[in-house]
Amino acid sequence: MSDEMTTGRGPGLVSSLGDVARRRFESKRVTTAVQGVGLEARGIHAWFGDRMVLEDMSLDFWSGTVTALIGPSGCGKSTFIRTLNRMHEFIPGAAMAGQVLLNGEDIYSSGTDVTKIRLKIGMVFQKPNPFPSMTISENVLAGLKLAQLKVDNKDDLLEECLERAGLWNEVKDRLSSYGGSLSGGQQQRLCIARSLAVRPEVLLMDEPCSALDPGSTLRIEETISHLAASMTIIIVTHNMQQAARVSDYTAFLLSDGGPGKMVEFGPTGEIFSRPKDIRTENYVTGRFG
Amino acid sequence: MTTAAVVKPSKPWQASPRQRLNSALVYIAAIMTSYLIVAITPMKGKLAYAFVFFAAFIVFDFALNLFSRGFPVAKDAIARAVVAAGICVAVFPILSIIATVIIRGYHGLHIGLFTHDMALNSVTDPVKQGGLLHALTGTAILVLVALIISVPLGILTAIYMTEIRGRFMKPIKFLVQAMSGVPSIVAGLFILSAVVYPITKGYSGFVGSLALSILMIPTVARTSEEVLLLIPNDLREAGVALGGTHWRTVAMVVVPAAKSGLVTAMILGVARIAGETAPILLLTGGGDKVNGDPFHGPMGSLPFYIWKSYSVGTPESITRAWAAILVLLVIVLVLFVSARLLSERRSSK
Repeated sequence: MSDEMTTGRGPGLVSSLGDVARRRFESKRVTTAVQGVGLEARGIHAWFGDRMVLEDMSLDFWSGTVTALIGPSGCGKSTFIRTLNRMHEFIPGAAMAGQVLLNGEDIYSSGTDVTKIRLKIGMVFQKPNPFPSMTISENVLAGLKLAQLKVDNKDDLLEECLERAGLWNEVKDRLSSYGGSLSGGQQQRLCIARSLAVRPEVLLMDEPCSALDPGSTLRIEETISHLAASMTIIIVTHNMQQAARVSDYTAFLLSDGGPGKMVEFGPTGEIFSRPKDIRTENYVTGRFG
Repeated sequence: MTTAAVVKPSKPWQASPRQRLNSALVYIAAIMTSYLIVAITPMKGKLAYAFVFFAAFIVFDFALNLFSRGFPVAKDAIARAVVAAGICVAVFPILSIIATVIIRGYHGLHIGLFTHDMALNSVTDPVKQGGLLHALTGTAILVLVALIISVPLGILTAIYMTEIRGRFMKPIKFLVQAMSGVPSIVAGLFILSAVVYPITKGYSGFVGSLALSILMIPTVARTSEEVLLLIPNDLREAGVALGGTHWRTVAMVVVPAAKSGLVTAMILGVARIAGETAPILLLTGGGDKVNGDPFHGPMGSLPFYIWKSYSVGTPESITRAWAAILVLLVIVLVLFVSARLLSERRSSK
């Protein structure tokens, strides 16, 4: 599909989202050096029972970048992201095929310590889920206790993680109150801080803003932009404006009733302004989905 | 004058004075009818009054609603009256039991109950002599030992059923449900034949606690299971996603999140066994003096004391029995109420 056709057809949303994404991409390319491939998915298939839900996903996630996964509900985005840190296997009846390479090593190879994998590939869930029995500071440091890690100075780590998650100023005077006393947006940033405390190389975010109001969403997006410099971030989102605002690369997934497949992958600016596939264009312009 | 000053909060959905007068008239008419019918027919007694009152009330209420609001509302009124009658039938015996225990047990209460045992007294002595101390300490020790055995086993069973979900989950679930219906005398006879005859060969508090544990474990396991099932799966996933092993996630995230619910399960288990009598008669015996050693000799307990005092049959001993029933009832009620308060605090959080 040619450039002219695309711009001719959807002058409104496509070009504006594309502009947002392109501007972001250009400015970032200057500031952060791309460090190489952090995480690679090779031919990922996934099943629940006999039903194949995801077919042949191959994607490279570069260090220091944000990759957005977009697509309608049921296209396998969440399933895919959960195969990347071996949370997929938690669902009874789940099966998969393919490889996920972290620094060149397959996380599914036998003998791999799955708890160590999950330390390196952290996850933030759709609904904020701070541990209700723990205080704010205990929540942030919970990963250390769960994984039995030792650190020299817990207070420094606590402040650093909350700072990076953009929550420090709001909670520094009430670190010993319970996590449940925070607002939804603050809880989600607390969960981000909690994932950061074990120093992951990759952060998976499964629709992290879908339960939040626009103001909190904005704060989380700022947090993502700050974090992206130092780690690989993969975010599932239903919100196309969000994908355009925060991500460097975008993958569009679609299911035609069968298993979900990747339709198109590329720099976010391209996906939103010059999609190669008509289905991508229809989706990002809001003609369906 | 502004409209804001005139507007007053009102509740237009509430009954009007006229409707209230009508329903009061229905009550009065039903009461009068019940007196009239009992007076002119051979029916006698309180039960007759109650029965005729209910029948008359349903008829009058139905008629009132039929004329004022139509047939569907009138049918609704019948259903409401039947439900109200059902509630009265269910609640009345409970209130009656509580009232009887308070009225009859009140005379036997004195401070000495909590400071003296019956070592120097016989149950036929005047009521103000002797006390319940041996029975209270005995029941406390029995419950405590049963608690120490049952709570870990019950909670671990619940964890197996909800967290590990192993291959034997279904049969164990079935077994736990079936076991909560085991009659207490069966638990007592089982311990008698499995432990007392071959091993200990005599009364002791410990074997009584073993039998009580058989009754308590299913209660603790089932209640804990329900509590653990309420913990959202998100928390388990979050724990594992942070690099925790399965067991550490359960121990550090799931169980602490369910803490108050597990305490409720424990209290319900205690309330279940505090008044159990059959296994205690078989295994623990009685005794009239405080026995602090659960492994040797008979040990007093409230149910045994009640049974023994009542079976003596003199006015003093029966008063003693009622006083002990009152104490036992208060203990069980306090346990249930505290379990209730704890679980309410949990759900409001």
